[in-house]
Amino acid sequence: MTTSISVRDLWKVYGPNPERIVGSPDALLSRSELRRKTGCTAAVRDVSFDVAEGEVFVVMGLSGSGKSTLVRCMTRLVEPTAGSVSIQGEDILHADASRLREIRRSKFSMVFQHFGLLPHRRVVDNVAFGLEINGMRRDQRHARAQEVIELVGLQGYEQAYPAQLSGGMQQRVGLARALASDPAVMFFDEPFSALDPLIRRDMQTEVIRLHNEVGKTMVFITHDIHEALRLGDRIAIMRDGGIVQVGTPEELIAQPADDYVANFVLDFPKSHVLTLRWIARPATSDDELRGPELPATMVVRDAARTILDAAGPVRVVDGGQLIGVVSTEEVLAVIAGVHA
Amino acid sequence: MPRLRNLGRGWILTASIVVFVVFRTVWSGHWNFPLDRATLTPFHTWLGSLMDSVDANRTSNPLMANIVEVLRTAISNFVTMLQQLISEPAPNASYPFIGWLGVIAIVGWVVYATANWRVALLAMVGFYAFGALGFWTESMDTLALVIASVVIALLIGIPLGVLAGLFPRVEQVLTPFLDFAQVMPTFVYLMPVALFFLIGPASATIVTLIYAVPPALRITAVAIREVPIVTVEAGTSLGTTRWQLLRKVQLPQAKRTIVVGVNQTIMAALSMVTIAALIDAPGLGQVVVSSLQKLDVGTSFQAGLAIVVMAIVLDRATTAAAERVERESTGHESRRQWRRPLLAVGFVGVLIAVYLSHTYLVAAQFQGEGSIGVPIANATQTAADWVQLHWGAATSAYTDWVSTWFLNPLQNALVNAPWFVTAAVVLVWACTFGGRRLALVAAGLIAVLVGTGLWSDSMVTLAATFFAAAITVIIGVLLGAWMGRSTIVDRIVRPVLDAGQVLPAFVYLVPFLGLFGATRFTAILAAVVYAAPASVKLIADGVRGVPETIREAAVSAGASTWQQIVKVELPTARHAIALATNQGLIYVLAMVVVGGLVGAGGLGYLVVAGFAQSSLRGKGMAAGLAIVVLGILIDRITQAASRPRERAEIGATH
Amino acid sequence: MTRRLRSGVIVAAAASLLLTACSTATVNSSSSATATGSTAAATACPNFNLAINAWVGYEADAAVVRYVAEHQLGCKVTSKNISEQVAWQGFATGEVDVILENWGHEDLAKKYITDQKVAVDFGPTGNKGIIGWYVPPWMAKKYPDITNWKNLNKYASLFKTSESGNLGQFSDGDPSYVTNDEALIKNLHLNFKVVYLGSEAALIQGFRTAEQQKKPFIGYFYEPQWFLSEVPLVHITLPPYTPGCDAVAAKIACDYPPYTLNKVVSKSFADSNSPAVKLIKNFNWTNDDQNLVAKYITVDKMTDDQAAAKWVAANQAKVDAWLK
Repeated sequence: MTTSISVRDLWKVYGPNPERIVGSPDALLSRSELRRKTGCTAAVRDVSFDVAEGEVFVVMGLSGSGKSTLVRCMTRLVEPTAGSVSIQGEDILHADASRLREIRRSKFSMVFQHFGLLPHRRVVDNVAFGLEINGMRRDQRHARAQEVIELVGLQGYEQAYPAQLSGGMQQRVGLARALASDPAVMFFDEPFSALDPLIRRDMQTEVIRLHNEVGKTMVFITHDIHEALRLGDRIAIMRDGGIVQVGTPEELIAQPADDYVANFVLDFPKSHVLTLRWIARPATSDDELRGPELPATMVVRDAARTILDAAGPVRVVDGGQLIGVVSTEEVLAVIAGVHA
Repeated sequence: MPRLRNLGRGWILTASIVVFVVFRTVWSGHWNFPLDRATLTPFHTWLGSLMDSVDANRTSNPLMANIVEVLRTAISNFVTMLQQLISEPAPNASYPFIGWLGVIAIVGWVVYATANWRVALLAMVGFYAFGALGFWTESMDTLALVIASVVIALLIGIPLGVLAGLFPRVEQVLTPFLDFAQVMPTFVYLMPVALFFLIGPASATIVTLIYAVPPALRITAVAIREVPIVTVEAGTSLGTTRWQLLRKVQLPQAKRTIVVGVNQTIMAALSMVTIAALIDAPGLGQVVVSSLQKLDVGTSFQAGLAIVVMAIVLDRATTAAAERVERESTGHESRRQWRRPLLAVGFVGVLIAVYLSHTYLVAAQFQGEGSIGVPIANATQTAADWVQLHWGAATSAYTDWVSTWFLNPLQNALVNAPWFVTAAVVLVWACTFGGRRLALVAAGLIAVLVGTGLWSDSMVTLAATFFAAAITVIIGVLLGAWMGRSTIVDRIVRPVLDAGQVLPAFVYLVPFLGLFGATRFTAILAAVVYAAPASVKLIADGVRGVPETIREAAVSAGASTWQQIVKVELPTARHAIALATNQGLIYVLAMVVVGGLVGAGGLGYLVVAGFAQSSLRGKGMAAGLAIVVLGILIDRITQAASRPRERAEIGATH
Repeated sequence: MTRRLRSGVIVAAAASLLLTACSTATVNSSSSATATGSTAAATACPNFNLAINAWVGYEADAAVVRYVAEHQLGCKVTSKNISEQVAWQGFATGEVDVILENWGHEDLAKKYITDQKVAVDFGPTGNKGIIGWYVPPWMAKKYPDITNWKNLNKYASLFKTSESGNLGQFSDGDPSYVTNDEALIKNLHLNFKVVYLGSEAALIQGFRTAEQQKKPFIGYFYEPQWFLSEVPLVHITLPPYTPGCDAVAAKIACDYPPYTLNKVVSKSFADSNSPAVKLIKNFNWTNDDQNLVAKYITVDKMTDDQAAAKWVAANQAKVDAWLK
């Protein structure tokens, strides 16, 4: 797997002379101490991570955790104070204004929380907007817009104005606009948090479908853990500007880095995410190893029926290798919410 | 001044007033800088000679000859061109290029194209009314000036406003100038402008610009800033250049608010164009000013009516245009198929009408001029005479009573007190409300005031201003609270207030003069009429803005209506009341100056006299300066006082 | 209304409008119509700007000159309502061509006529001007010695108002009028305070009410003024005028000088060959003439044009002399 995005030591500090903070002993202070001492607020603190080509990388955090600033630093809607961001091998932070425009026009695009549609333009012209500013001819850009409009399921609404559409439909326009320039990377800044829960679910499904169809690298910001776990190949949890933990959904649930993360995932039905690998225990001499055999990557929820029906413990194998057994107790512990 | 802050504000204010009363009793009439009207200080003489040298070097000074004169000629030609089009005949013609029929047709078509047919009809009827009221030519003169001023104001205001909206630094630079232009009473800059640009339409246009550019600029800046940040981010993230962002994202979304700014600019220009009659602006203002000189209530009402009609037409047309822009740009305007062909047919009709009005007498010269206006003027005059005959004794007794018991004691207190006692009180207040910085500013302003040599006259003006502002705020609270509580009252009163705001101040000076004579009271009354609408509206909105939950909490606690108003609504709306006081004072100050025309004395008289008499022009200029200083002083202190206290304290910890 | 009917109406309306238009006078034919009946229409008379100052005597002058210029010379006259001293500024720009009744103003005459050379003195109007202090007749009858300034302090308390406080109120008119009253009161040690009523009309009304209701009133007034024929105000004797006694404005302690009212025109107007130049130059009439026209306008409520027409009809001989 190749790396699509690489973020290193990224800082964004607001306040007087923010540069002096980074690298100084003050950088180690907590957010509130830093503010009291220097009058500066560190919105993003020393963040590093990589996103692989085609991966859906979710940044999850509560409001004020710095996640929105992070995504804006990565697209340079906000100028970072220090650090580096490279997208497809190109250093974003050192691009000059015209190169940055080039990159924005071709390499990545963004979907916003409040859609950011232009109210005075029809759907088709909103979708084609990025192509228009790139100087594409009218008939060409409308043809391309038509393609993506169909891709997101908006056909029939081309001539409507944004105000005439529901929130979910408006965000489909936002999605289409982001897709129109066929970027390598898409950034989503809490795109569905303004929508009501049912629509939100639909839209998440839509994103999953799109990801399967177009296979873009996606960086997805959210404050909703369910959304994060549902969409993310990997999830970064942010708190007070820094990353607390990065991992796959099951890693977060099975091995939360601290109580903060654990609290987040507490209510989440673990059986939906955890695989047998995490609950398997070593076989003891008491176990009868004659029961069914299940792969280690199977999610507990899917394996539950087999395990509960089996007379004895079930064998868990990984690549033909026995890594342990799972019996009714372990499954019930996960489903009942008590960590094994 | 943290220590002062810790004391109760009420204590400090009361104590300072007590101290003031004590010292002013002890030292009454000492160190109070009395100055006879004909006496000039060296500063006044110097200002006068400065103005004389501007006059003398008009053609020889390169700055004057190359910039001021060129500007004057250009603007003058622009206005003359518009006038020859619709109001005044060109030198070799007997009628303006387009006669009444053509003008009305054009107006109807333009309003229909930019707004809707209902407003277009209103506009055409309104324009017809100008002639029927007896002022076709004067109205067209006024319109020509308004158009010239608005066009130039927008050419200046919108680009600067866009810059201010985009770059906070530009806004920081511009804000003091805008504040200054808005605090400065319109009357005050007539003289300096006339000094450089002489009298006539060019000066009138420039004076109007000073008044009309700030709203255009401010509202455009707000419009640009109000564009949702997310759309700007969306545009940027798609790789727009700055220019593309402005043209395709920001301007289209700001358009509606900018049109509101155009509306405000037009209204400001209209109200100023009438005052500019004093420097020979042609049009309806001339009629009002000359009827003021003749105490002709009927004619002034007749002309005032024409001005109000013009205000209503312009206001409705631009508001409807703004609504249309809004609806069209978001797809809410259903596009009627026959609109386009109708416009085309209409355009041909307009061309025919223009041709007719250019060629045939009936269409060129308004027919039946004054057919409505003259009877209205006569009826008004009869009514005014009757009122004056039967109420005159009562109103003049009332005037005497108010003057003797309220105005004179207040004025004597301020005029007779030693200047440093008054100054000390002002400084303490400035310090209490705004801290050390404001106190410093206030000290500087007081020094300038003393330097003008017009301390005593300033105190006369200040007394009238305080008195008028007090009445304004009382009316504001009473009427505002009522309007804030009752939608019906609001709906009835608000249009009246709107009309009061567009009516040029001169118009109601005339009937007041008849009733209350040439007294300070007349000027104060006119000032209250001028200032009250703004204050009432602010307080009404404040009271309306009291959160429903707070009101419900009070009702459920068993508060009576009176208790609700006094203990809940007014205290919650206190910020609005403070703002209304600030606005009331500024408006009143502007109008008390105009009161100089009707015997109010003080700085207003000096400005008027200095404007008209060349030997007093330096002194008049100094009086203008003193008024500006008073205005800034009052504005800064009341603004500081109206700021929520919590914020001021947080500010102090930094 | 059906569509066909509606369009029918529109067509009919348009057609009738066209017909009316065709059958009536055109703009061009009418312009010559204004000049018909004029004997002097041979030379074209270009537009000129006439300043109108804010007293009715001036308005009377202007009404007659304007009437004659428009109806007998075919000129177009534009009136400019401006206060007297401001009007002088207009000579340089062409904003003002003619001031018909100038009261003194040596400083302005020096500046604009002698120094800047943008204006020209066009000679006297024939009117003699007197400025002074006046009381209503009833007061002069009741207090005979009030007509001498030396006795004014004796009566000062009669004139007290809420505007003047402890002093007597001395009423002045328009703030733009040049008055020495403040300086006089101070330098003659009189217990009075000047209050500006704002206009000539207010001053007249003050005197009129005072006479009707027998109220004390003292103020600034002047002749020629038609009002003196309605209420013969009584002139108060001030220390006599001597040339130069009014040199320093703040130190004046003498009466106003007698004025010979004159006409001032812009240089460009004087140099033009407009027939109106001769009219303005020759314009000359008596105080009674002016008062009559002023009375037509003010008391009889005639428009300026009506008043002028009435006077001209009765005095065509005088007018002919101006046009010669």
